[in-house]
Amino acid sequence: MAPPRSFLWSRRIFLTLLTGFVLIPVYVMVSSSLKPLADVTGKFRWLPSGLTIRPYIDIWSTVPLATYFMNSLIVAGSATICSVVIAVFAAYAVSRYSFRGRRVFTVTVLSTQMFPGILFLLPLFLIYVNIGNATGIALFGSRGGLILTYLTFSLPFSIWMLIGYFDSVPRDLDEAALVDGCGPLGALLRIVVPAAIPGIVAVAVYAFMTAWGEVLFASVMTNDTTRTLAVGLQGYSTLNDVYWNQIMAASLVVSVPVVAGFLLLQRYLVAGLTAGAVK
Amino acid sequence: MTTTAFKEPVRQETPGAAAREPRRRPGRLRRVSLPYLLLLPALLLELLVHLVPMAIGMVMSFKELTQFYIRDWSTAPWSGLGNYKVSVDFDAPVGNALLHSFLVTVAFTLLSVGLCWLIGTAAAIFMQDTFRGRGLLRALFLVPYALPVYAAVITWVFMFQHDNGLVNHVLHDQLHLTGKPSFWLIGDNSFYALLTVSVWKGWPFAFLIVMAGLQNIPKELYEAAALDGAGMWQQIRRITLPSLRPVNQVLVLVLFLWTFNDFNTPYVLFGKSAPEAADLISVHIYQASFVTWNFGTGSAMSVLLLLFLLVVTGLYLLVTSRGRRASTDV
Repeated sequence: MAPPRSFLWSRRIFLTLLTGFVLIPVYVMVSSSLKPLADVTGKFRWLPSGLTIRPYIDIWSTVPLATYFMNSLIVAGSATICSVVIAVFAAYAVSRYSFRGRRVFTVTVLSTQMFPGILFLLPLFLIYVNIGNATGIALFGSRGGLILTYLTFSLPFSIWMLIGYFDSVPRDLDEAALVDGCGPLGALLRIVVPAAIPGIVAVAVYAFMTAWGEVLFASVMTNDTTRTLAVGLQGYSTLNDVYWNQIMAASLVVSVPVVAGFLLLQRYLVAGLTAGAVK
Repeated sequence: MTTTAFKEPVRQETPGAAAREPRRRPGRLRRVSLPYLLLLPALLLELLVHLVPMAIGMVMSFKELTQFYIRDWSTAPWSGLGNYKVSVDFDAPVGNALLHSFLVTVAFTLLSVGLCWLIGTAAAIFMQDTFRGRGLLRALFLVPYALPVYAAVITWVFMFQHDNGLVNHVLHDQLHLTGKPSFWLIGDNSFYALLTVSVWKGWPFAFLIVMAGLQNIPKELYEAAALDGAGMWQQIRRITLPSLRPVNQVLVLVLFLWTFNDFNTPYVLFGKSAPEAADLISVHIYQASFVTWNFGTGSAMSVLLLLFLLVVTGLYLLVTSRGRRASTDV
C-alpha cells in the first residue's frame, strides 16, 4: 500500500528541515576552514572570498597539534583495547555462569552509568595525587591516569552491551566446545568471541568515541606534555586573535578519523545497541 | 566466515582431549571461582575508579576541605553537616545559586530530552520505509553523534559569535528578525543556545535506538492493520508508537541521565563559569570546587545531586515497571 500524500509531504518537509539543521554546522566547519583570516574575523559570509589551505598548514605550528593528536590517540586507543578485553571476560562470566553476587554486580555496573562525572573527578584527583606522593607513580598529569579513568567510563556500557550480545550466541555452541575438550577460556576465545564480533566492534567504537571526545577529566588531569585534543584545541584563541579558520580546520582534522570510523562501523553499532540496549 | 573460524581449532583439539582429561575437568573450587576470576579485572577497576572515589567523596562532603588541605586531605577538619547546610540554605548566596542552577538544569533537561526524543522518533518513523537517498540521509544524521564534542560545540561557539557569527548574520542581516544583533553566549539567550546545541548533538542517539526498536516490530501487525483498513497515520499511532514503549522507557532514562549530567557541552560552549541562565549543575559544581576551591561544599553538592538522581531513577523504574505489568495484564 502506497503511503498517502499527507505522509509523503510531511516526510519531505521534516527531513529537509532536519538535514539543514544537521548540516549547517558541518558546512560552517568545512567552509570556514578554507577561508582567509580576514573572512572569519569580519561579518559571516556564506561563501569564502577566496579559498586557501593555509589554515591546514598553520594549525600544526600555532599549537603543537601533532603532540595532542598522538596523546589522544594513545589514550583513547589504550583505553579502548583494555576496556574491550576486560568487558569481554566480565560479560562472559555474567552471560554464561550463575554465581553468587551476579545480580549485585550487574546492578552496580549499570548504576555507575547514572553518576555525574563531576562526582568522581574530585576524589580521583585526590587519589591520584596521593598515590603519586606515596609511591612516586605519577598518575595525575600522566597519560596512564587518563587511560585508567577513561577505560572505566566505557566499561559499564561495554559490559552491559556485551552481555546482551553473548546471550544471543547460542549456548549449545560453546557447550559443544566444552564437551570437545576446550577449557572455558578456549570456548570463550574460539566460539563466543568470533560469533560476537559485531558486538565487540560496536563496543570498541563506543569506547573510542567516549575517550576521544571527553573534556572534563582531560582538562583537569593533563599537563603541557600530556594534553589531549579536547584541551589543546583551546590554544587557537589567544588574547589578541581568535584564529577561527584554524580552529575549524583543526576541528575537522580531529573529527575525520572518528566520524569515518563511526560511519564505516555504524551497522555494527546499531546491531550492538539492538542486542544490548533494546531487548 | 565465522563458522570456519571456530570449527577448525575445535577439530584440532579433539584428538588430544582424552589424553589431557584430568586437567580438563577442573575441581569444584576452580569451577566456582572461575566467574569471579573473569570478573576480577572489571571489579578492581570499578572499585578503584568508581566505588572508592564515591566513598571518599562522601567522606569529603563532611569535611572542611579547602585548597590548604589539598596535599593531604585526610587532615582537613570535620565540619559535620556544615557543607550540606551551606548547600541547602536557599536564602544565602551559595545555596541560592545551587537551587537556581538545579532548576535551570531540570528545565533544560526536560526540554532537551523531549525534543531529542521527538525529533529522533519522527525521523526514525519517517525513514522506516525505503526511499531514494535514505542510506545517505541516515549516515548524515549520525554525524552530530559521531563528532567529538569539543569539535562540534566549538563550531557552534563560532556560529553564536556576536560580530562574526552565522546566527546573527541570518537572524539580523538576512531575515531582519531582530532589531540589533543579539548576544548568545552571555545573558538570557544562552539557555536557548545551549538547548540548540544539546538537541543537535543528542537527537541522533534517539534516532539510532528508535530505529533499532522499529526493526523488532513484526511486519504482520502492519499487514493485519492494513487489511482492517487502517491508514498510514493510524498505523503509526496504533501500532508503531505503542510497540516502541519498552524501547522508549530505556531511551528516555538514558537520555535524561546523560543530559542532566552533561558537562562537556556547557563547558566548551561557555568555559569555566556559565552564564546564569544556562548554569548547568555539573559546571556549577565544577566551579564551586575547582574555581573557588571549596572542595567540601562541592562534594556535598555532588552527593545531593546523586541522591536526587537515585530517587528519580528509582521512581521512574517503579512507575514504568508497574506500567509494564498493567499492560501485560490487559
